[in-house]
Amino acid sequence: MTLTSKSILYMEDVFVVFDGFKALNALNFSMDRGELRCVIGPNGAGKTTLLDVVTGKVKPDSGRVVFKEKTNLARMRQEEISNAGIGRKFQTPTIYENLTVRDNLELSVKQDKKVTSLLFGGATPEAQERVEETLDVIGLASKSNWRAGLLAHGEKQWLEIGMVVVQDPDLLLVDEPVAGMTEGETEKTAALLRRIAEHRSVLVIEHDMKFVREIAERVTVLHEGAVICEGSIDHVHKDERVVELYLGRGSEEHA
Amino acid sequence: MEKKVGGVVLVLAALWFLVAMPSLNAFGTPGSFFHVSDFTLNLFGKFLAYAILALGLDLIWGYTGILSMGHGVFFGLGAYCMGMYLTLEIGGEGVYQSKLPDFMVWNRVKELPLFWKPFHSFFFTTLAVAVVPGLLAAVFGFLAFRTRVRGVYFAIITQALALSAWLVFNRNEINLGGTNGLTNFKKILGFTLTEASTQRGLYVVTALALCGAYLLCRWIVKSRAGKILLAIRDAENRVLYSGYTPANYKVFVFTVSAMLAGVAGALYVPQVGIITPGRIGVLPSIEMVIWVAVGGRGSLIGAVIGAVGVNWARSYLTSSYPDYWLYFLGGIFILVVQFFPDGILGVARDAPRKLEKWIRRTTRPAAGDEAFAPVRSEG
Repeated sequence: MTLTSKSILYMEDVFVVFDGFKALNALNFSMDRGELRCVIGPNGAGKTTLLDVVTGKVKPDSGRVVFKEKTNLARMRQEEISNAGIGRKFQTPTIYENLTVRDNLELSVKQDKKVTSLLFGGATPEAQERVEETLDVIGLASKSNWRAGLLAHGEKQWLEIGMVVVQDPDLLLVDEPVAGMTEGETEKTAALLRRIAEHRSVLVIEHDMKFVREIAERVTVLHEGAVICEGSIDHVHKDERVVELYLGRGSEEHA
Repeated sequence: MEKKVGGVVLVLAALWFLVAMPSLNAFGTPGSFFHVSDFTLNLFGKFLAYAILALGLDLIWGYTGILSMGHGVFFGLGAYCMGMYLTLEIGGEGVYQSKLPDFMVWNRVKELPLFWKPFHSFFFTTLAVAVVPGLLAAVFGFLAFRTRVRGVYFAIITQALALSAWLVFNRNEINLGGTNGLTNFKKILGFTLTEASTQRGLYVVTALALCGAYLLCRWIVKSRAGKILLAIRDAENRVLYSGYTPANYKVFVFTVSAMLAGVAGALYVPQVGIITPGRIGVLPSIEMVIWVAVGGRGSLIGAVIGAVGVNWARSYLTSSYPDYWLYFLGGIFILVVQFFPDGILGVARDAPRKLEKWIRRTTRPAAGDEAFAPVRSEG
């Protein structure tokens, strides 16, 4: 694994220790531009910590975290990282419930985010155009004037994905997007993520193996803070250690 | 439709307070039904000043979700700034006939402290009443919000601010009158404060300031920055991950809020005639929070209704049942928190819908629901 011009995200020897517990244990992880990657692993494997490190919520105790081959994320603040081009979709829908769907998107558009700019200025025509476009992509055009809190669970998840997309990130991190979704919603989400991945790199953390099979090109398996296997979903499924450590008995049913 | 009705009511209320009340005071025949007494007008002048503070408190608490229990401090700073000007206006007409304020003579201070001197200027004073509290809020807010102090922790440190400010203002060494505060004012801009016309003028200025404060707050909450405030309240993490720096927005709104509180304090002083550390501490700061909670946080009109309503009730109850006021205040606070989280305004807003529901339920014929069957048969 090396840092190349193709890398969108490169992590080398990353340690995160909470009270002696190694949440990330010499993690090496790398992803190329344009990839749609799934990260799986049992609870406590360090999946969410990985996202926290990339987005600057948690500072690594040691190791390198490099974005687009030259940006060192380990030293940046969260909002700086967001503006550098990394978007994050949270596990539970995190949206502005008391604003309209359109406002939710409009505030998230990539734009000058200083207090004075928002106090005195309106949304630019380009921003509004991006909002309308995204409303279509996430399928909420007909509900654009709804208060976001009134949306169904699945719709809230799509809205948040839309909010991250209008930020125009190069790398999109998505944490368990289909938890709590119906089968129909899950399928729509898979299609949505595939469509988004046409133009940008997407990293998805997911438990739902059926969903992973549907979207993943490459799968990375985490266990105890380190990568134990990486490859196509079939490759991962055949790996003995993965079967033993994570998928365990009954994995065939899920697959 | 509902919005239009609200707008009309709002304009009527503004006209009532801004034009009708002072006119009835000036031209009404004393004793008649159409007369507003000097006492009542003065009382409402005080309430309207409180309402300005409530608007600011609502911005930070109702809209941004940050509870400040230290707004008494900002109110007090504005009030003391104005109090210093009014004290200097007394000139040599004090008890000791000295150029120095009476309490300084009493404390054997020989020379006017340096920080008092600019308050000879009314212009400087009008700036200071907003800028001084604004500066404190900006610095305090910057330190707190940059280090991500939030929620109940922020409420607690603002309360600590109120307590420490109260302790400081009680000291004689800081030359602000100690426990007795500043009082015995005589004139403002040459007008005698005891004159009814001067008080009427102060009332009108306060009412105008309230209108201005309302328009300013309305402009802020309707702007896109105002939407970010709501966004911070509802999902601060999302705001942060969208590339905003929430701390900047919080410092901004906290500062605006403190400036409004300072203006409120400055308008309060000449109408009430005294400012003491007692108006600064923890208790008054908490009372201010209660005004907003009762009126309806997250609504600017609610904040105004709460400030005027609670204080009106207070002045009525403290004269009729002086022992029960605190029980009443505590009771109403519990009632609001428990049953009417959106305050008086929330109740008023939901009332038509609830009433309709209730009427439909009670007017339904007792013998079965067949009378309402059409709904079903249509389908």
